[in-house]
Amino acid sequence: MSESAVRAEEVAGAVATSILPRKPQRRWTRFILPTYTGAVMVYLVSPILVMILYGFNKTGGLKVSFKWQGFTLAWYRGLFDIPNLTQALKNSLFIATVSTLIATAIGTLVALALVRYRFRGRQVADMIMFMNIAAPEIVLGAALLSFFVTLGLPRGVLTIIIAHVMFNIAYVAVTVRARLSGFDTSLEEAAQDLGADPWTTFWKVTLPLIFPGILAGALLAFALSIDDFVITSFNAGPVSTFPLWVYAAARVGVPPQVFVMGTLIFTFGVSLAAINLLLQRRRVRPALAEASGAADDVS
Amino acid sequence: MEQHLQSDRPGVARHGSRLGKRLAPYLLISPGGLWLGIFFLVPMLAMLSLSLQTGSIDTGFRQTWNFGVYPHAIGEYHKYFLRSLLYGGVASAATLLISYPMSYWIAFHGGRRKTTYLLLLLLPFFVSFVIRTLAWGFILSDEGILFGTLKSWHLLPSSFRVLNTGTAVVSGIAYNFLPFMALPLYVTLEKIDRSVVAAAGDLYASKRETFLRVILPLSVPGIFAGVLLTLVPAVGDYVNASILGGTENHMIGNIIQTEYLYNFNYPLAAALSFVLMAGMVIGILAYARVLGTREIEEYV
Repeated sequence: MSESAVRAEEVAGAVATSILPRKPQRRWTRFILPTYTGAVMVYLVSPILVMILYGFNKTGGLKVSFKWQGFTLAWYRGLFDIPNLTQALKNSLFIATVSTLIATAIGTLVALALVRYRFRGRQVADMIMFMNIAAPEIVLGAALLSFFVTLGLPRGVLTIIIAHVMFNIAYVAVTVRARLSGFDTSLEEAAQDLGADPWTTFWKVTLPLIFPGILAGALLAFALSIDDFVITSFNAGPVSTFPLWVYAAARVGVPPQVFVMGTLIFTFGVSLAAINLLLQRRRVRPALAEASGAADDVS
Repeated sequence: MEQHLQSDRPGVARHGSRLGKRLAPYLLISPGGLWLGIFFLVPMLAMLSLSLQTGSIDTGFRQTWNFGVYPHAIGEYHKYFLRSLLYGGVASAATLLISYPMSYWIAFHGGRRKTTYLLLLLLPFFVSFVIRTLAWGFILSDEGILFGTLKSWHLLPSSFRVLNTGTAVVSGIAYNFLPFMALPLYVTLEKIDRSVVAAAGDLYASKRETFLRVILPLSVPGIFAGVLLTLVPAVGDYVNASILGGTENHMIGNIIQTEYLYNFNYPLAAALSFVLMAGMVIGILAYARVLGTREIEEYV
């Protein structure tokens, strides 16, 4: 949305109100939508607040209880008191790291192929990725389990990693492709004209330029992997991950450490997103000012 | 851009042959293609094949082309398919009604804080899906923060309960997938050319008419995308049903999971999954035909 268009709209509005007879403005109605939006935001955030709050609840037993019994930091101090839960979290972090590395490498190559080249099978590749993203998780998980059952491959960490790479490739490819499509190829040509071989050009010019896109894809893949429940539950066998452990514990009542770990992961993720946002703003603001200056010059 | 790449550049001619250039995209795409081929496409066939086998986990399964499993699966479990479609449909419609006014306000009146609002909208994604659902169950529980308080003020009868009902499941699904509806709606509303809206006003359309005859029709692609992005995961979901719905409100996902992981009745489970997938593929293709995949992908 360009600023000039907003200005044009404002001007049009001002002209309209000054020339045309209008119904008197109903004052209170203009608060309806913002208030409503605020209410929906509260609705979206309330389970998160519950999670954070109940990580501090002084419960009698070792299970989370609905009743507020006072403030405590005991669950933060005893964060790793439940060996199985700790192990599940470690499994999750390991699986997410490995599968992110593999999926990011493979997905980036796919994105490069799709943006740079027009080749036979390009549309098929597009279609397969679309199907992969659109398919319900339960079908992906069930199909993969059927495959492993048919092969007689026992389920464990390896099968979970295979599954996570499978559902992350398309997400990484789509994310990287979005950043690649505005890529200025003249920089690569310049590098080659200056005598760089394709390999050097890729490492010294292409990769640094598309790195923000790759990073965004990798972060998305990591987040999807660490949070995945459905596909993992089908292909985990005896191995537990953080979401699987929490789900299993939910039947008998979860220990407060679960909420504490959730809170810590939440805080970490939000901080990353906020830093990214601030960095983007710093980069975008001067560019915007420049652009609007140029636009003013033209008009 | 592609044309540019294919132009004869001295720098490239020095290093790469024409053959190399023609092979390059296939080399780049082959790891991804192989992975998705082996672990996404082949498993679909494996699932189809498994559904047509007979046997048990102890004696092993043999390929018997037992097509009878399909009528059996549909006859026995159609109730769960219909319930999943009902829950998913109601939840998807609820997210549309809840998020449209909000997305509209952010897109048209969000001003400088748009990004902040969007980040707020995405906040739930920073919490694990299972924990989010558990916390939602906390809020809905009979003696919990919300209903416990209302009951103690005698605003609700003490017999009132939501947890372990279909309503709880639908509300959980709607809660969990709301951002998938709100974001594409926001994107289409944001893209609407403001001068078109202003023109409607200049032509003496009332605010109501402007909305119904200009803004709403222009936001239809966002509604389509949002429905697709919420309905597909909602119909296949079983986490909400098992955490919030108790034992009486199982969806088809619960049945598939139980048959695969606890009863080891692989042929039946595979048949049920295949029916679910086939139904969804038909639905999605119908959608893609109306919209074009590119446009849906834009919102993914």
